[in-house]
Amino acid sequence: MSAPMAPPRESEVTEDPLTAHPLGRPIKGPSALGSDPKRLWHLTWALAKTEFKLTFFGSALGYLWQLMRPLLLFGVIYLVLSKSKLATENHRPYYGAALLLGIVLFTFFSEASGGSVSSLVNRENLVRKIEFPRIAVPLSIVITAMMNLTLNLIPALIFLLAAGGSAQWSWLELPLLALMLALFTAGLAMILSVSYVSYRDVRPIWDVVLQMTFYASGIFIAIAGLAPLNVLGVEINLSHVLMANPFAAILQQARHVFIDHSYPTAASAIGGGWLIAIPIGIAIATLVGGFFLFDRRAPKVAEQL
Amino acid sequence: MSEPDPEPVVVDGVHKRFEIPREQVSTLKEKALHPFRRSPTDVLHALRGVSFSVPSGEFFGIVGRNGSGKSTLLKCLAGIYRVDAGQIYVNGRMSTFIELGVGFNPDLPARDNAMLNATMLGLSPREARRRFDSVIEFAELGDFVDLKIKNYSSGMLVRLAFSVMIHVDAEILLIDEVLAVGDAAFQQKCYEEFERIRRGGSTVLFVTHDMSAVQRFCDRALLLEHGRVVELGDPEHVGNRYLELNFSLQAREAELLAAQAEDERLAAEGTTISTPRLASSGAPVEALAGAEPGAPKRDGSGEAEILELWFENEQGARAELLPTGQRCAVAVRLRFNREVRDPLFGINLHNSHRDHLLSASNLWSEPHSGVFAAGEEIVFRVSFENVLAPDRYHATPAVATQGGAWIDRRERMDSIVVTGTHGSDALLELPFDVRIERRARSGTAAELTL
Repeated sequence: MSAPMAPPRESEVTEDPLTAHPLGRPIKGPSALGSDPKRLWHLTWALAKTEFKLTFFGSALGYLWQLMRPLLLFGVIYLVLSKSKLATENHRPYYGAALLLGIVLFTFFSEASGGSVSSLVNRENLVRKIEFPRIAVPLSIVITAMMNLTLNLIPALIFLLAAGGSAQWSWLELPLLALMLALFTAGLAMILSVSYVSYRDVRPIWDVVLQMTFYASGIFIAIAGLAPLNVLGVEINLSHVLMANPFAAILQQARHVFIDHSYPTAASAIGGGWLIAIPIGIAIATLVGGFFLFDRRAPKVAEQL
Repeated sequence: MSEPDPEPVVVDGVHKRFEIPREQVSTLKEKALHPFRRSPTDVLHALRGVSFSVPSGEFFGIVGRNGSGKSTLLKCLAGIYRVDAGQIYVNGRMSTFIELGVGFNPDLPARDNAMLNATMLGLSPREARRRFDSVIEFAELGDFVDLKIKNYSSGMLVRLAFSVMIHVDAEILLIDEVLAVGDAAFQQKCYEEFERIRRGGSTVLFVTHDMSAVQRFCDRALLLEHGRVVELGDPEHVGNRYLELNFSLQAREAELLAAQAEDERLAAEGTTISTPRLASSGAPVEALAGAEPGAPKRDGSGEAEILELWFENEQGARAELLPTGQRCAVAVRLRFNREVRDPLFGINLHNSHRDHLLSASNLWSEPHSGVFAAGEEIVFRVSFENVLAPDRYHATPAVATQGGAWIDRRERMDSIVVTGTHGSDALLELPFDVRIERRARSGTAAELTL
């Protein structure tokens, strides 16, 4: 007994579980989606709701704080721009409401994508201790940001109506645009969260990208009127290039349908016609590519954390 | 039904390995600078062809030392890790309890946490709501439902988490040593709940170090070492084997060899191998096995030198393990560097709690041991009836002058493990008889004579 060298599986031979009984369902290990869509939804919703509650019940002024950030940013930019020369060139009706809409949408975009970067790592105790569809983690971040977006749109609406704007049928397009933005952001959230597990410099890189997006998507300066850029003798229409960014295109279209029809549609801002397929294509590719990347990496995430 | 139901859990030849890169590339920058450099990886085989099945309603224990792969096995069963080879089949609703209160958020009240936790464990929101009152009742937290759990005592937290866990009503429960928490009264409650679960016909897989819990609850147990099944069956038998692995270097080495043989077989399939010399906690296996930090102390004039110490069993052969209840001996070999007259030889034994249990010397029996010449080598031997309780014992041999000055003393020079089948918490296993005598009805019903 002191030095047993007998093969360990000998004790099983008498049992042979595989022939005696039929088999149950196989355990395949973790995956992005899991096998039960209902469970995925319950989980995502529960996680999103918890996160939402935390911002609101953390302090008595929860909702106010949530509004403060975009409103303060709006206040500063509005004050400065309305007194600057830039503003005269960018003047369109309801500029204030358009600016606030831009800031609110960008707040959503940065909250959802920025928040998802470390989401898997932050929820390490869940990922390593329990089996659940892994995609619930980044999706819940996007859904929480959607809840905040809904609340943040209220002051934008008030601002628009106070400035003399009126309700239009085209507002009905806004939820559709919000959904498109959410799907594009969800694609990014999947890529970012799963990349951050292996590469920790995703965080600073993404912060820079977000900052660039803030200045380059026409949030406070219309990009439609930018002068062309001359690179090695080739003239490039900068505003068309910037419109290829799905966020910029969605914002442009949202202003057209929500604020005033004098804001050009995304299609005309990018140079008309089929060119609008570029930002749409990028958004779809981000979503699909993000999902495939996440799906491929999901089974190993628990081991890499 | 002519066709029998599938077994709740069937594990068939499961392999799991972890690839640990020697240099961790953790930034995109490095990846971009060296896109094609693949850093060499160490492969750690956590599970090597594990197979077993658990019939319905069985309470099945999984035991093993640190780093033996038992938690990895549980995580594979739970679907947290993907297995590299082999299959796991499960029949029935399964819940995993690797940690109590997964996803608890300190800033939320008990209500929200219980709901979230229950959803994580697999209940639908409606089911969770319906069971909420019963969860709170079991946890005895009725007055604190709306208190943020950061203000809970640790005992209250554990009660809440455990209560959610048992209300999930899983048919198969995977439990990883969650019971090592809470006060004695709560543990008792947990154990009672375990009994209830057991009677209720759920199948339970229970990972633990605690052999007494295994012997108390488990119908069968599985012993893992280096990711291989070493023993499967009767908990008593598995328990003894576990003790042996814990305390016998020889038995561990045998298992290591067997594991390496398995690795070589796998290496033929083209993977680099490193044997899991490191336990999951990162501490070397040897360190976990009882050796203590710090070099042993040594005193003395050096007129004689203690060279070697060993233990002998009943047959007089050198032993690594001594069964309790048999005669045994401690022997010490030493060499004199100068002529010494009438030295005293002694040995002290201490258990793992440093209780002093034996102090043997020739001081009273034979103080005039004689004259020993320079260069002379002797062996002195202390033999005794082994009534020591199962534990690890350290021996401190010493040679001293008649006046009491150390010539050589080597503190905790070596150690031995005493094994026994029934631990009693007593320091010694003194031989005893128990007799029960029935008396006439008028007096006391029975009398116990020790």
